[in-house]
Amino acid sequence: MNCALTIYGQSFESRLLIGSALYPSPEVMQASIRASGSQIVTVSLRRQNSVAAGQDFWDLIKALDLTILPNTAGCHSVKEAVTLAHMCREVFDTDWIKLELIGDEYNLQPDPIALLEATKILIDDGFKVLPYCTDDLVICQRLAELGCEVLMPWGAPIGTGKGLLNPYALRTIRERLSEMTLIVDAGLGLPSHACQALELGYDAVLLNSAVAGAGCPETMAKAFRAAVEAGRFSYEAGAMIERDIAAPSTPTLGMPFWHQ
Amino acid sequence: MKLNYNGETLMATTSSLLELLEVQKAKAPFAVAINGQFVPRSQLSAVELKEGDSIDVMSPIQGG
Repeated sequence: MNCALTIYGQSFESRLLIGSALYPSPEVMQASIRASGSQIVTVSLRRQNSVAAGQDFWDLIKALDLTILPNTAGCHSVKEAVTLAHMCREVFDTDWIKLELIGDEYNLQPDPIALLEATKILIDDGFKVLPYCTDDLVICQRLAELGCEVLMPWGAPIGTGKGLLNPYALRTIRERLSEMTLIVDAGLGLPSHACQALELGYDAVLLNSAVAGAGCPETMAKAFRAAVEAGRFSYEAGAMIERDIAAPSTPTLGMPFWHQ
Repeated sequence: MKLNYNGETLMATTSSLLELLEVQKAKAPFAVAINGQFVPRSQLSAVELKEGDSIDVMSPIQGG
């Protein structure tokens, strides 16, 4: 039961990937990430003169001793994303990249066309790409054909906390790409959203704002940890068949004659 | 020589990228891009900067 999450050949017990941004303090960030039980943490790169970029933050993350997943957040073109991916590979010493390529500023929707182009370039350059994508089945299929072993369709736009806006689309991707590692990335707000994603058969969830923006991030991290475990157990157990007609659970045999 | 370093204009007295990084007190870990093109660490010492070059020195930051 509860067999491991596999990402490009590496196994992980935790099915919760967590971000390192937006926490009220570095101490809360560390405590929350630890409480989440996550084994993978997302990070990024910014100009060295920007606020909080540098050695201090990196020391805090290294102290957690987790697998690092760098992202290309904020990139709007293939060139930007490819350049930033290469810089990430050198700084973080990993060929994993969470490929994020924004197509629209309003909802921060991934640009599916540019995403395919950047994915091809990066795979050719030896990267293991984890593309942040929409819940479009055909785009997911194209990404898989390019060589992605992991796909990360959104649950909802980044930072909205709306949960799974289109469970039908996510379920369809799960059914059509049954062998892929699928991770719902972005848009989750509640532990129940994460549980629902795992119940749909998704292998993991990636979230940040839902924990960092909670009243008590550390406690919320624990809640997400439990929800992800519950969702996975539920998926592996196999849910009962839903039906429209009520069916008594208590045996009717031996009832007295009061209703007759 | 007029350069753009991490988004700010500066007048450099050297064309050596390594010297510029030293003068600007770039702290490891970082990666460098010039005019939007990644420059691997192994090639930094060979880079001669030109007037108007844009240098980005990137370091770890929080990410989601």
